[in-house]
Amino acid sequence: MRLICPCCGWRDRREFTYMGADDYLHRPVPDAPPEAWDEYLHNRTNPAGAARDLWYHDPCGTWVCITRDTITHAVTDGTRLEDAQ
Amino acid sequence: MRRRDSGGSALERARSLSFQFDGRELQGFEGDTLASALLAGGVRLVGRSFKYHRPRGVMSAGSEEPNALVELLRDGVYHPNIRATTQELHMGLQARAQNCWPSARRDVMAVNDWLSPFLGAGFYYKTFMWPRAFWEHLYEPLIRRAAGLGRLPQSHQDAPHEKAFAFCDLLVIGAGPAGLMAALTAARAGADVILAEEDRQMGGRLLSDHGQIDGMPGGTWAAGVVAELASLPNVRLMPRTSVFGAYDGGVYGALERGALHMAAPARTPRECYWRITAKRVVLASGALERPIAHPDNDRPGVMLLGAVASYWQRFAVDPGRVVVFGNNDHALATAKALAADGMDIRAYIDPRDGLATDAPFTVYAGAEVIGTRGRHGLQHVTLRHKGREFRMDADTLALSGGWNPSLHLACHMNGRPVWDDTIAAFIPRPGMVPDMEAIGAAAGQFSTHAALESGARAAAGALDALGLRAPECAFPQAEDAPYAIQPLWQVQGKGRAWLDFANDVTTRDVALAAREGFASVEHMKRYTTQGMAPDQGKSSNMGALAVLADATGGTIAGTGTTTFRPPFVPVSIAALGAGGYGKSFAPERLTTSDAQARAMGAPMIEAGLWYRPSYFPQADDRDWRDACNREALHVRNAVGVCDVSTLGKIDLQGPDAARFLDFVYTNTMSSLKPGRVRYGLMLREDGHVMDDGTCARLGDQHFLITTTTAAAGEVMRHLDFVQQAFCADWAVRLISVTEAWAQFAIAGPLADEVLGHIFGDLPELPFMGCAPVDLGAVAGRLFRISFSGERGYELAVPARYGADLFRQLVALAEGLGGGAYGMEALNVLRIEKGFVTHAEIDGRVTAFDLGLQGMVSPRKDFIGRAASQRAGLTGAARLQLVGLRPVNAQAEITAGAHLYAPDQPARAAFGQGHVKSVCYSPTLQSWLALALVRNGRARRGERLRLDDGLRGIRVDVEICNPVFFDPDGGRMRD
Amino acid sequence: MIELTPAPAFAALSLPVTGAGTRIDALPPARITALAPYCGQLQALHALLGGFPEPGQVLELDGLRLVWAGRDLAFAFGEALPTGIEAHAALTDQSDGWAGLSLTGPGAEALLARRLPFDVRRMAVPGAARSLLGHMPVLVIALGRDEFELWLWRSMAACVLHHLTPV
Repeated sequence: MRLICPCCGWRDRREFTYMGADDYLHRPVPDAPPEAWDEYLHNRTNPAGAARDLWYHDPCGTWVCITRDTITHAVTDGTRLEDAQ
Repeated sequence: MRRRDSGGSALERARSLSFQFDGRELQGFEGDTLASALLAGGVRLVGRSFKYHRPRGVMSAGSEEPNALVELLRDGVYHPNIRATTQELHMGLQARAQNCWPSARRDVMAVNDWLSPFLGAGFYYKTFMWPRAFWEHLYEPLIRRAAGLGRLPQSHQDAPHEKAFAFCDLLVIGAGPAGLMAALTAARAGADVILAEEDRQMGGRLLSDHGQIDGMPGGTWAAGVVAELASLPNVRLMPRTSVFGAYDGGVYGALERGALHMAAPARTPRECYWRITAKRVVLASGALERPIAHPDNDRPGVMLLGAVASYWQRFAVDPGRVVVFGNNDHALATAKALAADGMDIRAYIDPRDGLATDAPFTVYAGAEVIGTRGRHGLQHVTLRHKGREFRMDADTLALSGGWNPSLHLACHMNGRPVWDDTIAAFIPRPGMVPDMEAIGAAAGQFSTHAALESGARAAAGALDALGLRAPECAFPQAEDAPYAIQPLWQVQGKGRAWLDFANDVTTRDVALAAREGFASVEHMKRYTTQGMAPDQGKSSNMGALAVLADATGGTIAGTGTTTFRPPFVPVSIAALGAGGYGKSFAPERLTTSDAQARAMGAPMIEAGLWYRPSYFPQADDRDWRDACNREALHVRNAVGVCDVSTLGKIDLQGPDAARFLDFVYTNTMSSLKPGRVRYGLMLREDGHVMDDGTCARLGDQHFLITTTTAAAGEVMRHLDFVQQAFCADWAVRLISVTEAWAQFAIAGPLADEVLGHIFGDLPELPFMGCAPVDLGAVAGRLFRISFSGERGYELAVPARYGADLFRQLVALAEGLGGGAYGMEALNVLRIEKGFVTHAEIDGRVTAFDLGLQGMVSPRKDFIGRAASQRAGLTGAARLQLVGLRPVNAQAEITAGAHLYAPDQPARAAFGQGHVKSVCYSPTLQSWLALALVRNGRARRGERLRLDDGLRGIRVDVEICNPVFFDPDGGRMRD
Repeated sequence: MIELTPAPAFAALSLPVTGAGTRIDALPPARITALAPYCGQLQALHALLGGFPEPGQVLELDGLRLVWAGRDLAFAFGEALPTGIEAHAALTDQSDGWAGLSLTGPGAEALLARRLPFDVRRMAVPGAARSLLGHMPVLVIALGRDEFELWLWRSMAACVLHHLTPV
């Protein structure tokens, strides 16, 4: 498996650490109700098809939002988090 | 069988090699495979089959070989399941037949063959069912002894294997006519090409067949192409390399045979496991010839026709009197060519009627082979022709049931091939693996012309995708004979007709599976074990599913294939694990004091990837506890020195650094004054504790935080995430400086005296203060922090000075009646003080659980704040950090033990908590523990029973304050 | 007052090592300053330094080699940092954290290419890349097709060398 680092280009999966779905980017406001935090922390859609998730490119220290297809395993995009919001 | 006096394109006859098989001395030539040398030496019986221990001989000339699996002696150890057909001969090679005892000729387990009526498909499933208790002690050991192909070496293998990476524009798999043409076309256009070929020599079938290309023998044409490719800097030729798997993202696994399989210089890796990443791939893996399932088709001497041709042409092996049994035009053409070349072909047998009979041997059209004879090797063949049965003497029966495209790699991503009636075989569908194209025989195009043409076309397509231009080059002329076949999946007759030679599966077994309800191809495979041997059914899958289709009344296309999975050829675990064992299993991180600590005799223990000294032994120590007690008392009574460089150190700078720290710590760091240090706690966003450490403010916009040793990487990733995800526009930068600094704890009542020696006069530093310091010309940092509860400092210097500073600090401490202390003593000291580590911060505890709720600021947002306020993460139901002391202070207690009320049984339902860390405190003369106990803080003074069922320890303990020693902290503060 | 003697990172290891057309030797200790530009300060830094490396770039500037070393990060090799730079970037001294090896000779590129999980042959010259050797972080600098520098964490010096040397 190969992933895209926006700094380094296509790299082997061994250089990355997985975090989870890109839901983690959408942190609720501090005083959001508990349901919003529950949604943020625990509930995921598990899509068949296009999915976005977060990977850390350990060698260069970049967090990457990867777009990939959970059916074909095709990886199509990798962006810095600022560009993924 | 014998060696011809001349010929053999692969051989160097000037270099004769002697070798041993089953203890017998034999001769071969440079260029031989073990199989060709055995055949030339007249050895037909090379092993026994898996189940019935039937005599078996060499059947093929490639990696698909089901029979000729031998054990090879290398470095004093026998390696099992080496295919004689790919093993290169070298001087002094020693091999022996496997799966037989005492020898291949006289094998006692051959009795299974007489029992075969009782050992059909599913025999084990049906027989070894009951009584259940017999399984473990009787059936399983019995089956294990009788089963299995070969024996594993019983010793650790540390001979070198290599793992390597490679990248290319175009990976060409297979160097037959199609692969060579594709590689040549792409190479001439300047593409970065890897050409991988299983064989030692490139050329594929051009090396063994009789066709011409551009008026020259195919082998000569191939040699010319290979020479041109070898001369090009943009081409890497990888002979002896089997591409065994296709993976996501254009990654391919390949196994290069090395020192295990050939004569090679010392230190050459036995095998190299390649990971090749290719933008485009051309699969030119050729086709595998099918045997024919006729009665008694498994006798040594029954071979594939293509293999007979290959041994004749490349290795000058004369197969003696040959009978050919084929069902396709290619077989007849090959037989004619071989006869013209001098092979003693006695007859050609073909089930098809109306064949032209212009051959120099008898052609029996509309005929079938219905039996063979010869105990350890073929002696004659029985055929049925025009209703008449008769025998013919023969040394070799050459079978050709047609050809199966080698499409395995194209199916590795779960694509299913399609059935092609014209060649009676499955062919790959386009696009089954992204960016891969199957060509030539691998795509079911069997003529040399079609192979060359598809090679050039596929390369042009790949070049186009790569943005390169295909060169103009003259297209070579070659035969374009049509291929006609009449499928022949089984010959009816007396006796067993074998499909899977390695696993002893017959046509009847497959039919039986269908009758017993295992009619799906995946079920049939598992019930009969067809296709589950080391060859993975390369020569039997097609036949088996045809027989299954027949038995179930379905079509072959409708029956479908089993799932193709990597690896295409067996890959040793040692090769897969290359670069991942011994020193390479995990990186070793060594501190600057490592050499000194080892010189002092300290046993080293792992802490994350680091190695740290456990303790520093002395001659009169009875055990490690003596050393640990001494070192702990040094710190309490004099001064101790400990390397703490392994803690993670992260440097944060910028106008928004303080704001950032407020966001990642539970407590407030922005109020910290420059020159001061504060203890800090970080949570995960789910409200649980991630890590703890110190935060020093070196300047107004400059902080240095520490992490625990094991969590350093995780914390760095976490901080990077928070910064990049939520604070990307803040003016703050963070970077690890763990490696840049060597840092030593100097702790104990005499710590100031050590510093006095170092600095001349002692820098004034309050408790939890920090300051830059000069050590002569070296700029260091001094922190007055303590993880031992004593007056203590941590002194940091650039790493290059670490070794010398540690040496001098230890000498100073020893001069004051103290010395170095290791991890054991460090652990005692921190437990005495109730300081937590990741033994307590186990991922499930909250700040409340640790009694650190006072550090959780209610006045700001921070990572983990919202979740930490969830119901259930605080309160009396939580397991809370407490101290435990055994009622009898000398009663040993253990970490991991569970806690129960004294009158309740040791069952989960009654659990009150568990022990996280224990030590024996030489200061307090007692065993101590830190534990998590339900509502523990409110239960001080209560007694519990500590129960370690694993070690049989039951001790009464009392809940107490987790700070056992100097609870008000005066020793470290004042 | 104490006097301290420095120890090189590869002190206990026998270098150079030669084989497979490659000579591996320790590089002399370098002055390395990590430069991490603050948000929005890249232009100012550019002006002050005369350039700032893009991903993969190595810039040879006046008395200074600037090597791209990670996300928004460059390593400055050399002493001559312009004054006032700390207003635009976080500066940390990494001289002691990283140990350097030189790999030279006609086999150097092939050796690195076998060991590293990215295509070393496609590196620009001069050029830089971050990657993992085994599981160990490295900074690779290509100075020529037969001249490379491999910078690694000091604590991993022995382990890197073990992983690198031909089996």
